[in-house]
Amino acid sequence: MRWDSWSDFWAMGGYALYVWGSVGVTALLLALEVLQARSAHRQTLAQLKAERAVAQLPIEELM
Amino acid sequence: MSGSAFMAVLRRDLLLAMRRKSEVLTAVFFFVVVAALFPLGIGPELNTLRLVAPGVLWVGALLSSMLALQRLFEADYRDGTLEQMALSPTPMPVLISAKLLAHWLVSGVPLVLLAPVLGLQFDLSADALLTLTLALLLGTPILSLVGGIGAALTLGVRGGGVLLSLLVLPLFIPVLVFGAGAVEAQASGLGAQAHFSILMAMLLPAAFFSPFACAAALRIALE
Amino acid sequence: MKKTNWFHYAAPQTFYGLAGQAWPWFAVLATVLMLAGLWLGFAVAPTDAQQGEGYRIIFVHVPASWMSMVIYLAMAFWSVLGLTFNTRLSGMMTRALAPTGALFAFLSLWTGALWGKPMWGAWWVWDARLTSELILFFLYLGYIALTSAIDDTRRSDRAGALIAIVGAINVPIIYFSVKWWNTLHQGASVSLTKAPSMAHLMLWSMLLMALAFWFYTMALVLYRVRTLILQRESHATWVQELEEVKP
Repeated sequence: MRWDSWSDFWAMGGYALYVWGSVGVTALLLALEVLQARSAHRQTLAQLKAERAVAQLPIEELM
Repeated sequence: MSGSAFMAVLRRDLLLAMRRKSEVLTAVFFFVVVAALFPLGIGPELNTLRLVAPGVLWVGALLSSMLALQRLFEADYRDGTLEQMALSPTPMPVLISAKLLAHWLVSGVPLVLLAPVLGLQFDLSADALLTLTLALLLGTPILSLVGGIGAALTLGVRGGGVLLSLLVLPLFIPVLVFGAGAVEAQASGLGAQAHFSILMAMLLPAAFFSPFACAAALRIALE
Repeated sequence: MKKTNWFHYAAPQTFYGLAGQAWPWFAVLATVLMLAGLWLGFAVAPTDAQQGEGYRIIFVHVPASWMSMVIYLAMAFWSVLGLTFNTRLSGMMTRALAPTGALFAFLSLWTGALWGKPMWGAWWVWDARLTSELILFFLYLGYIALTSAIDDTRRSDRAGALIAIVGAINVPIIYFSVKWWNTLHQGASVSLTKAPSMAHLMLWSMLLMALAFWFYTMALVLYRVRTLILQRESHATWVQELEEVKP
């Protein structure tokens, strides 16, 4: 283990802004990408389900 | 057989361009405006202007070319001529080469001719002006050839102009680097030989492959 | 011996199933590798003599750059397949790859700037590799813009494939031009690629992170392409009969 304490770790020898700015934004954007992909998938499934439900309705209900 | 079809398309495109002079002149005028505005933005200090001249003039030529590319296939696409070309017995790349040549003659050559005149505003030496003109002479055809692919892909597409610029921008950068670099190399005494060789090395494959790539792109657009 | 019918795997229905099985495994691998790489890189690897702790940015910067380039090559590969064999799946794979590639290109630029500022004093140095990365980012944007602007799916896929291939051919030309341009103008090397002689641990951390990003990409792209398949094949019987779609 390189670090003597947590505060040393977060300080990153003075480069905190740059190191955590990089790692942080990377983690954030990758997480957002995953969330966006999941949301798009769910939306598609929901839409397909809705279309299926409509298609299954007896004709009378659609009139 | 192909030869006469080539000449026919060439003649037709040149005639049409002459009839719609305003379209042609817009792009050329843009070049002049860019060259005139930069000194006003940078300041009249001749040493600075001489330094930035190759870059400024080349970027102006690039932007002017991007503007001019939009009309390369537009009109023919809209009035059905492009479909006729696709159906004709003459191979499409031959007809497209004619269109690209016409386009360069009308949109590129004026830039080549104007550049030395505009270069005077930047106090470029006679040798630098000559290098600039030659570089543009080699470079502007590449812009037409490579830009044509972008023009073909974006035919009739929403946001055409900006989209076209975004697509061709990365393709233009090597031409810009070596074209402007040629003038700087000449000015610093190193000689522009290597730059001209590289420009030539880009021009020849482009001249050969671009018509085929454009044909493929146009077929995609016409389906 | 029966010859493998590769086109069987190119059928969206088959691929949907395959991708569905594969992506969770890739996601697990990605997570494990990322934890390992981050641990190694941030808790174990030594301080750099010249750059202090700031050098640790390379553990995300370099893998992001590599991925942005690999993904573009993958896009070009699928594009060639698509234009040659006329398979619908190729267009979907290319389209699924693009956003992730663009994201990694952006991250490469962002982390590159954050690395450059403390090291070289400027948020942006016209280093040959960063500049090439910027142009690669524009290539991604161009593909995404073009495919988004064309409504007809088939035309959109094929136009995108063509621009991806043209871009891929251009990448070495662009890199060469920018390198030339950079050495002429900058002289003394301002090169972010010259990582000082890498301690073994540093190299391993970087490789682990690169692998992590690779599996992340595969998991995400396969997941995304399943969504695309559902959207495009929505009228096919096999989609209608999927468990997930039954109301």
